[in-house]
Parts: sequence; C-alpha cells; structure tokens
Amino acid sequence: MNYPVGIRIVKLPCTGRVAVIHLLKALEKGADGVFVAGCMEGDCRYQAGNLRAKKRVAYVRQLLQSIGMEPERVAMYNLSSGEGPRFAEISREMAEKVRQFGPNPVKGKGVRKEKAA
Amino acid sequence: MIMAKPKPIEEIINEIKGFDKILVAGCNGCVAVCEAGGLKEVEILASALRMYFGNQHKNMQIDEVSLTRQCDKEYLAEIKDRIGSYDAVVSIACGAGVQFMTEMYNTKRIYPGVNTCFIGVTEEKGVWTERCQACGECILARTGGICPIARCSKRILNGPCGGSSNGKCEIDKDVPCGWQLIYERLKELGELKRFEEPVSPKDWATSRDGGPRKLVKEDSQI
Repeated sequence: MNYPVGIRIVKLPCTGRVAVIHLLKALEKGADGVFVAGCMEGDCRYQAGNLRAKKRVAYVRQLLQSIGMEPERVAMYNLSSGEGPRFAEISREMAEKVRQFGPNPVKGKGVRKEKAA
Repeated sequence: MIMAKPKPIEEIINEIKGFDKILVAGCNGCVAVCEAGGLKEVEILASALRMYFGNQHKNMQIDEVSLTRQCDKEYLAEIKDRIGSYDAVVSIACGAGVQFMTEMYNTKRIYPGVNTCFIGVTEEKGVWTERCQACGECILARTGGICPIARCSKRILNGPCGGSSNGKCEIDKDVPCGWQLIYERLKELGELKRFEEPVSPKDWATSRDGGPRKLVKEDSQI
C-alpha cells in the first residue's frame, strides 16, 4: 500500500473539476509530474466528469509537447475509490516514469509573473 | 458573436522570443465565450509561455490581464498606467481588439494570439458555426431566416446550385446546403412562392467590396 513520499494529493469532489490551468500550474510551480486519478469510465457519479478530465489531460499533453516538455509528465488514470493498492501502484508507476525524465526543467527558473490589472 | 481560435503557441513564441517583459491580454467578450481569448485562456497561454521560456533559461516576465472588452477605449484604458513597462503585448482578443489596442498604444508592439474566424453561434459546448458575414444588407426576411451569404458556399442569391446533393454542399459532405435549408424552411412556412421571384443582384458596396466600413449613430454621439 506504500506510495512515494513526494506525492502530494489534491482532493476534488470529481475529476470533472480539474481544469487545464490546474495541471499547468502544478508543473509551473515545480511538480515533476501530475496525474489525475478519476473514477472508472462509465462510473462517474456526475455522469461524465472523468471523461471531461481525460480530454483536458490530453489537451495539456499536446500543449506540453508544443513547448518542448515531455507530455507524459501529465497522465490520467481510472480506478475506483476502493482500490487503495491500485492507487499506490499507479503512484509508484508515475513516480518511476517521471524519475526517468529527470526533474521538471521549469523548477526554479527565472520566468516571473507580477499581478497586472 | 465573433469566433476565434488560438494560434499555435510556437507562432506566438517566435514573435515574442526577443523580448524580456510581456503582457498577455485577454478579452472577456466574444472570444471568452468561444474559449479562445478570455480569462482562462490568458492563464493557460501565459503559464505555457512562462514554462517554455523557463525551459530556455531565459529570464522573462510574463504577466496576465483580462479586460472586459478590447474593442472599447474605456476598457483598454484600464492598462494605460502599466502598459508602458512591457516590451510587447500578446492580445488574444479578436482582430478588432488587437488593432484597437495598437491604435491606443501605438508605441507598443501588439501581437495577435488568436486567429479570428467568423461571426457565429454556439451549436453545442465546444462547437461553433458561422451564421453571418456582416454583408451590411440583411436579406433574412426573404430567405426564411437562413442566410445564403453565410450558409451557401458560393454565396448565391438564387439557389440551390448543381453542387447540392442530398441536402449537402459539394465542398464537404458534412456541410448542409444553405439553399436546401432555405427551401425546407420556406416550405414549412408555406412561402415556396418566393422561389418564383428571382432575387436581384446584391449591392455588395455595403459589404467589404465598399471598402472599410463605418457606422455613425448621430443621436448616440456626445
């Protein structure tokens, strides 16, 4: 049941709430990778939340490719809330994948943002 | 509303790569509705650009702003105190917004971040289609509320043409024949007699053929 200690979990009522900017912000702020753990396809309590998240993950992967980052730093997995061991397995799998890419190249870089209007 | 779609990010990067301080400016009007240039899209584009330039070891500042509209001076004026500090702006408003910002801040380079496409409607979430070409002389009253200028690929006034087949246009099997739609609509309305009266040639001077257009409403002027 163990999963890597570096993983930070952000809880949401449904993966349908995951917006493109949430995934990008995680990466921009230095996460080496992000995965969305949604319910099994067809099992969404809100009908299509996980399918929407899947499309947003696909969009972000395309965008990452366009800006020269590994698209696989973002991924979508589907599992039920009762599958703790599977969650741990996915976490280890994702951590291992991201480890192969190396640290997020954006981490600690000098690009700044100030609040405008 | 006016529809637009994001430019490939590579194209935007290529335009701004020589600068150090960029403002990404969105418009919360039409382009926000078609999910190309509103607040959310500003956040996404700016974040992606920051990551790209961070990756390139370039010390660049990329800020965000989203204006109510970019086609009105009072909203463009909201950035007048801060625009001076930026090397360039990427505006993700429609072409009108980009140009109006350029006119208002003519010492700044304003780059478009979207391709402006057409005047259209939201068919369903994420699907937009063209409905109007702003020809300046509306003939919808004669065509059952379906525009042959916008919906017929040839913009003919007395259709359908020989390229209409099974209700579809010859340019694409997924494009409905505008004149077939008009025929069906007029049939429903019991107005098929309209087909017996050919429409006279249109005066295109009210459209783009007459040059850039201007609209003045004197009672509105101050």
